Amino acid sequence: MSTNELSQRELTQQERAVQERESQEALRYYSATQWQLVWWRFRRHKLAMAGGLFLALLAFLGIFAEFFGPYSGVTRNTDYLLGPPQIPRFWDENGFSLRPFVYGVTTERDPVTLRRIPTIDREVRHPIRFFVRGEPYTVLKVIESDIHLFGVEEGTVHLFGTDPLGRDLFTRTLIATRTSLSIGVLGVLIAFVLALIIGGVAGYFGGWIDYGIQRLTEIVRVIPVIPLYMGLAAAFPREWSTQQIYFAMTLILGLVGWPTLARRIRGQLLTLRTEDYVVAAQIAGASAARIIGRHLLPAFASYIIVDLVISFPYLILSETALSFVQLGLRPPDISWGILLQDAQNIRAIEQAPWLFIPAAFVVTAVLSFTILGDGVRDAADPYTVSGS
Amino acid sequence: MPAEHHPLLEVENLKVYFPIRAGWLGRVHGHVKAVDGVSFTIHKGETLGLVGESGSGKTTTGRSILRAIPPTEGRVTFHVNGQAVDVTGLRGRELRNFRRHMQMIFQDPYSSLNPRMTVRDIIAEPLVANGMVRNKREVDERVRETAALCQLSLEHLRRFPHAFSGGQRQRIGIARALVANPEFIVCDETVSALDVSIQAEILNLLMDLQEQLGVTYLFIAHDLSVVAHISDRVAVMYLGQIVELAPTKSLFYTPKHPYTEALLSAIPEVDPDQTMRHIPLEGEIPNPANPPAGCRFHTRCPYVADICRSQVPAWQEVAPEHFVACHFAEELTLTGVGGPQNASA
Repeated sequence: MSTNELSQRELTQQERAVQERESQEALRYYSATQWQLVWWRFRRHKLAMAGGLFLALLAFLGIFAEFFGPYSGVTRNTDYLLGPPQIPRFWDENGFSLRPFVYGVTTERDPVTLRRIPTIDREVRHPIRFFVRGEPYTVLKVIESDIHLFGVEEGTVHLFGTDPLGRDLFTRTLIATRTSLSIGVLGVLIAFVLALIIGGVAGYFGGWIDYGIQRLTEIVRVIPVIPLYMGLAAAFPREWSTQQIYFAMTLILGLVGWPTLARRIRGQLLTLRTEDYVVAAQIAGASAARIIGRHLLPAFASYIIVDLVISFPYLILSETALSFVQLGLRPPDISWGILLQDAQNIRAIEQAPWLFIPAAFVVTAVLSFTILGDGVRDAADPYTVSGS
Repeated sequence: MPAEHHPLLEVENLKVYFPIRAGWLGRVHGHVKAVDGVSFTIHKGETLGLVGESGSGKTTTGRSILRAIPPTEGRVTFHVNGQAVDVTGLRGRELRNFRRHMQMIFQDPYSSLNPRMTVRDIIAEPLVANGMVRNKREVDERVRETAALCQLSLEHLRRFPHAFSGGQRQRIGIARALVANPEFIVCDETVSALDVSIQAEILNLLMDLQEQLGVTYLFIAHDLSVVAHISDRVAVMYLGQIVELAPTKSLFYTPKHPYTEALLSAIPEVDPDQTMRHIPLEGEIPNPANPPAGCRFHTRCPYVADICRSQVPAWQEVAPEHFVACHFAEELTLTGVGGPQNASA
């Protein structure tokens, strides 16, 4: 038949053209997995890359806070209460030094107010040394050491100054970074697991189950968040250890955070369930487990990741806000909110502006998460824009 | 069509109703009768075309035969290896194991392939999913064989669907349907999303495959010229029911139902000298939740009479193998497609 010959010839021509068109680059693109495509697209989003790297750095600094900080988070330097940041220098009017140094500090009592006022003695130089031995610490509950990244042999070095009790704000900020970020991560994980189960059940089974779960979600969502936090936080027994409170906090954040996520997962499942390729899998004889694991989950994994990244800042801000108003974590725990408690009064603004440094960390971390989430969202579905 | 008719698939009184829920508690207020009492038989190795306008229930019929949509009522009997299997009665694992005998080729070559799987994995899905083949080498071998049958080159197998054009994607979909050696394939508007030149290619491929493998097709389409090209017999659906069923030539040259006549008159004419009377159908297809009484076509039928509004027409054989549901099938002289010079085959 002539039509058959025609189609044969067309095909070979078409194939030849296809082969000519394909450079190595195209081949690489064609056989790239979803995650490779996502990564390639994400990499082009420079700002998001920067945000991601900054967060990675924060997390790294936080995990090894005791190593990067010269002191422990609770050691008091009674000679340097509410002391300003000591900035390492290389030179001054007395000449240049290859090794950075900080000035010595002497404390005098103010004759009128009787307050101890630290004054900087520009004649005394304390050279900063690296990998010095100092206070012993344990990182990640296993690594024991007493080596700090930097320190001074005599005198003190407080990069961010000290708080009213004379504790090193630099170390404390790093430790707070760890606490606040980890609360965010744990809170998001708890919310995510709850949302995955609840939203997954609602979306996959539909019908009456879906109806019931949706109404429950609505009930949780209409409860105003602040009073809910306050009520739950007030329910913490006084005798709880800081660790118990820490986990209770993550649980609260997770419990408040799941409904939004559950809704999105349900919505995703409902749309995906009727996709032709899911029907095709069903007709192919795939079991429910296979359809969920092989077709549904990979399809919305990218959306879930975006959602998680975007919900981090909310949790971090919630924790900070709650601790700030003394409803969340309590001292001696160290978190961004707790550090900012010290910056609550007018005296801090006037006399010790360095107490606001943790706020800068909060702002940059939240901003980084937002930018990162933006980039991930753009990259998340590599199949929306074709041929790019 | 084979000389002796071995039925492969018998559909009896198939009904698919979708509940309409409304109000605060989502109570059922009625049913959309997407498929309302459809019966037909498909013989081994033949192609049965199923045509009708959008909303007539063609796709739902195809999908409920495959149990992708649960049928509300009726029986679908499958004759395989000398045994009659009631597909509507299969449950759970039984059903999943039976699915290898019947597959589907989808309309949309884009949404029907999982963008996150390689072509090899997509084609292998029916083999792997119901555990027919556990050995990876065997799967690879079978996938390669099938890909070659569907004129896909082997180097395409490790790519992802986003690397392919619509026509190539449809070949992948065909390969997936064929890989488990099914006896029966539902082609749901398989070529309607493709360019005309590609349509011919895919249709020829489907016909070649039928010749080589002896598969049976239920070919769902709204384009009558496509259906004429591939089908041995054609069923015309209107509002959830079959109104006419006949061998292709008989249906095209001597339609017996006014709806078929209207559909045929809507085929675009290639030859400008050939003037064919275009029969416009008034209005829209009625709401399938509340179908008209009597003959369902009476609201739009140009030959409507009183009896049509009150009595449901009987399903009768007016010529050999030519069935129709119309009160005036014997009286009316309807126009088909011109003379034999228009016969495309």
